[in-house]
This record gives sequence, structure tokens and C-alpha cells, in this order.
Amino acid sequence: MTGIEISAKPRRGRLTIRARREIYGYLFIAPFIIGFLVFLIQPLIDSLWMSLCDVQIDAQGIHPLYWGLTNYNKAFNIDPDFRRMMTEEVGRMVTHTLAILVVSLVIAIILNQEFKGRAFVRAVFFLPVILSSGVLVGLENNNSLMNSIQNMVQSNASIHLSDSMVEILRLSGIGTEAMDIVESLINEVQSIVMSSGIQIIVFLTGLQAIPRSLYEAADVEGCTKWESFWKITFPVISPLLIVNIIYTIIDFFMKTDNQIMDKISTTMVVKMDYGFASAMAWVYFLIVIALIGVSSLIVSKGVVRSYD
Amino acid sequence: MTKQLQQPGRQKSFWERNRRSQGYLLKMETRRIGYRVLRFFLLFAICFLILHPILDKFSVSVMEERDLYDSSITIFPRHLTWENYEITAQQIYYGKALFNTAWICLLVSVLQVAACTLVGYGFARFEFRLKKLWFAAVVLIIIVPPQTISTSLYLHFRYFDLFGLIPLFNAGETVNLRGSSLPYYLMSMTCMGLKNGLYIFMLRQFFSGVPQSLEEAAYVDGCSVFRTFYQVLLPEAFPVIVSCLLFSFVWQWTDTFYSRLFLGGNTLLSMQISGIADRIGNYFATQLKIATTLGRRQQFVSTATLMTIAPLLVIYLFAQRSFVESISTSGMKM
Repeated sequence: MTGIEISAKPRRGRLTIRARREIYGYLFIAPFIIGFLVFLIQPLIDSLWMSLCDVQIDAQGIHPLYWGLTNYNKAFNIDPDFRRMMTEEVGRMVTHTLAILVVSLVIAIILNQEFKGRAFVRAVFFLPVILSSGVLVGLENNNSLMNSIQNMVQSNASIHLSDSMVEILRLSGIGTEAMDIVESLINEVQSIVMSSGIQIIVFLTGLQAIPRSLYEAADVEGCTKWESFWKITFPVISPLLIVNIIYTIIDFFMKTDNQIMDKISTTMVVKMDYGFASAMAWVYFLIVIALIGVSSLIVSKGVVRSYD
Repeated sequence: MTKQLQQPGRQKSFWERNRRSQGYLLKMETRRIGYRVLRFFLLFAICFLILHPILDKFSVSVMEERDLYDSSITIFPRHLTWENYEITAQQIYYGKALFNTAWICLLVSVLQVAACTLVGYGFARFEFRLKKLWFAAVVLIIIVPPQTISTSLYLHFRYFDLFGLIPLFNAGETVNLRGSSLPYYLMSMTCMGLKNGLYIFMLRQFFSGVPQSLEEAAYVDGCSVFRTFYQVLLPEAFPVIVSCLLFSFVWQWTDTFYSRLFLGGNTLLSMQISGIADRIGNYFATQLKIATTLGRRQQFVSTATLMTIAPLLVIYLFAQRSFVESISTSGMKM
């Protein structure tokens, strides 16, 4: 503009700033690229290949022999458990995710209010994130023997309130399928609460970003609390729904108390059937990805609409 | 002035004011108190639900054996003893395991977070070709269940050849890296450890929020890119880095998946407690010539679990803010 032309051409042998920034960028993410290629892509391709093979292992190494889709066929048509487990886990995942979303949203709304001991409650709610990742979950569930003993002791010691409630509801003829879902949710209240730590915090962050004045204005205009929830709170935090849904689904599928995970690792470690284990792992992985894709698509459609 | 004006209104009784508002005040007040009571019970119940397993384990762990079989005792033990802790500590080599676990977790988490910080900064501040693709790769490492690749990772390290390079130098032999912890350190250095995608995400989010002018000022003053990074941005990011470290440390502590796969050679707490029941049974049978019941063995499992998570509880007690706020400040948004 001022008449002084800054030449965009670099001197010979020197790179433009852009190009240099690009190199720096690659330098910074280099660890990730190396790790990604060596420790993720290569094993991923390996396992895809093995899932198409009959894998023999001896002292010399692994000898995969290509035999097409036999392993997949085995998983879907021959193995007695796999299909059943898959549908069960996916069904459990859906109810679980919905329950976690609702529970964590409700808790986040409560924690966003002022009351005594809020810091303590928040700390307690976040505690499971620290504790429930590896050992504890495994230990609680691996002890099936212990569980049966506990059940025996408990049933002798006290009358089960929940059982009798279930009985009463059954007799009064409420639809059994809906009942089953509700019942399983009640049984899993603990695991739901235990796995909603991060989600609560994420929602809480979203809620804290909403200015109080919005609610005050709505109040003055005569909005009920219920209405202002759907008109103010929900649209603002709905982008966070996607984050939470994805997080919940991943978290659910990675848990060690998952039947399929269990089956895959026994097939691999105990039966040494690497091909079949890889095939099951791949089916499982693709289903997880598909579920995440579908659910985030549905929700993102909903999010866009709620902003209109 | 205002004080005098307000004073008369305040002195009026509740019922007087209620009458004036035609019952509206009472209705609102009832609703408010009812809501508070409901909220209290809900929160209390959920807190109890979360804390119950820990309290339960604690009460079991300080019981004497005879209390276990006494059906009138559910929570409060009648005969207190610390004996269980002593036996457990001896059986799981608590001192050694604690030291090993702390040391390995620290090393691993420092490696992981260092790598993730670099990568997060790279994604936040630089424009380069295929950036979208690499970022999609970060998302991929978050969503690939490690179990999917565990089969091939296992074999990969058993017959490690690094794209077929190593056999060239090693007379056609592959290297067996199973049983050594080196692979896991390598994986940690290259962001492939436990939940590392999440840390990259958090750190990237944080760095994107730092005003660009900070770096520009440093560049104008003649700082190189790397020096700007560690002298200007690292101090800025300190809180987030600390909380990533905490997460990484704590999750590594309780992790069994990677530990079993790579760190099996070390005496780690998370590994020690998985076989504790049998070991205690053996110990009692061979050393003391006493048969143990399942309940008794389970008591030791509870004790060992508590001893494993006790350090974490202490850390959490002191660093609670850091844990919770990290997620808030980094603003987990996609």
C-alpha cells in the first residue's frame, strides 16, 4: 500500500515462513505420528490380516495362512455365544448411555445450584473417575464365587425390598418388557452413577457458562422452570451431548466387565486362537464406530434444529 | 433511609406476609423447602452409593475373623484388628510394590504428558498439510479399543522387527521384547499409552485458548519457536499439564490391561492384588496349617484393594481441584 514492495519470494535456499511453520508443526507432532504408525496402524493391519487367516504359532514365529472370511463366518454363524453377546451388549449400551446422560445432566443441574457442602458432593461424584478404571471394576466382577456367597448371605439376612417391589409391579400387570428395562436400570444404578463422573463435569462446565440474567429474564416473563430448562439450558448444552455420548459409548465398550472383551481375551490367551480373536475384535470395533457415528449424527441433527 | 423503609416489612410475621400475598408465599416456601429436602436425600443417597464400597471394604478389613461369620455384624466390627493389613502387606510385598508402582507410574505419566504436550501444541498452533487427517488419527486412537490391537501388539513385541529393519542388523533374528517394559516406555513416548488421545485433546484445547499475541511478542523479541514454547507457553500451561499428569498417574496406577501386557515383570500393585486370594490361601495352608474360607480370603482381597487405592485417595484429597477444574478449563468441546 505504501509503495514499498515486500518480495514474497524467498531468497535462494531459504524457506518461506509458512513452510518453516509447517516443518515445525510436523516436528511437534512427530512423536504422535511415529507412535500412530508403529504402535497403532501396524498392529491394526496385522490384526485385520490375522482375522482373515488361520494362525499357527510355534517357536519360530507366527504363521498366518489365508483362509478368507472363515473366522467371520465362525463368529456369526458357528459360535453359539457371539451374536447373542453382541446384541446384549449393544442393547445394554443403549440403555446405559441414555441413563448416564439423563443422570449426569440432572446431577450437573443440581450441582450448579448453591447449597452447603457443594464442594464435598462434587468431590465425591468425581471420585469414581479416579478409582473405577482398572483394578476395582475387574475385582468386583471377577469374583463370581464371592458374589454368589454374598447373595446367599444377604438373602438370608434381610428381605429384599427391590425384589418384593418387582414382584408387586409384576402382579399388577405393568408391561413386562418395559419392566425388565427399568429393573435392569435399577440394578445398575450404582454402575451408572459410578461411570458418570466425567459427564457430570462436562455438563457442569456448560451450565456454568450460561449467564444468570437469562434465567432472570425468563422468570420475569413468566416462564416456568420447566420451560426455561427446555428453552435456555437444553439448547446451550446440547453440543456437549455429543461429547458425552461419544465418551460414554467408548467408556462402556472399554470396560473390563464387558462380556465380549472377556470372550476375546480368553479366546486369545487361553485358546490361543488369534485369528478368531482378531475377527471378533474387528467386528466389535466396527460396530462401536458405527454406533458412535450414528448417534452423533442423530444428535448433531437435533442440535442444529434446536438452534433455529 | 432505606434501612428504615425496609425494617417494618421485615418485622411482619410470615403469616402476615402470607396473607397479604394470598397464600402465594406459603406455596413458594413449601415448594422451596420440599425441593431442598428432596435434593438433600438424592445427593446423600448417591454419595452413599459411591462411598459405600470403600467404607464396606474398610469395615471388613479391620474385622477379626470371627466377626465375619457373625450375622449380627454388618458394618461396625466388634473386634478390631490390624492383623489383616500386616499379613497382606507381607504377602503382596507392599513396600516394594508401592515403590515400583509409584516409580513406574511417575515415569510413564511424565513421558506420556511430555509427548502429549508437544503434540497438543503442534495441533493448536501450526498449520500444516494433512492436519485434518492427523487430527482424525488422534480421534482414532481415542476410539480404538486397545483390546482390538492387543492380540497383534502382543505378537508384535514378541517378534519385534520394526518394519523388518531389525532382522537386517541382527542376522535375521527378531527381538523378543515381551516381558521387558521398554515397549511400553516407547509407546508412552509416542502418545500411545492409556487414554493419551484424551490428553492431547485437553492440551490442544488449552493451547488454542492462549492468545496468539503472547507468542508473537516472543517472536518479535527474537525467540525461536522451541524457546517460545518452553519459556512462554509451558509456564502458561502449567496447571493443565499438572492435571494431565495427575490423570495419567492415577489411571496408570489402577490399570491392569497395559500392565499385564507389558509390565508383568515388575512387582506392581495392580498386578499383585489380582492373585492375592489364592496366595493368602496358600500362605495359610502351608505356613500356618489353617484352612481358609472364601470369606476370609475375600477379606484379604478387600484389604489389598484398600491398600492399593489408599495412595490415590490421598492424592485426590489434596489435588481434587486440579482434577475437576482441568476438565472445566480445557473446556472439552469438539
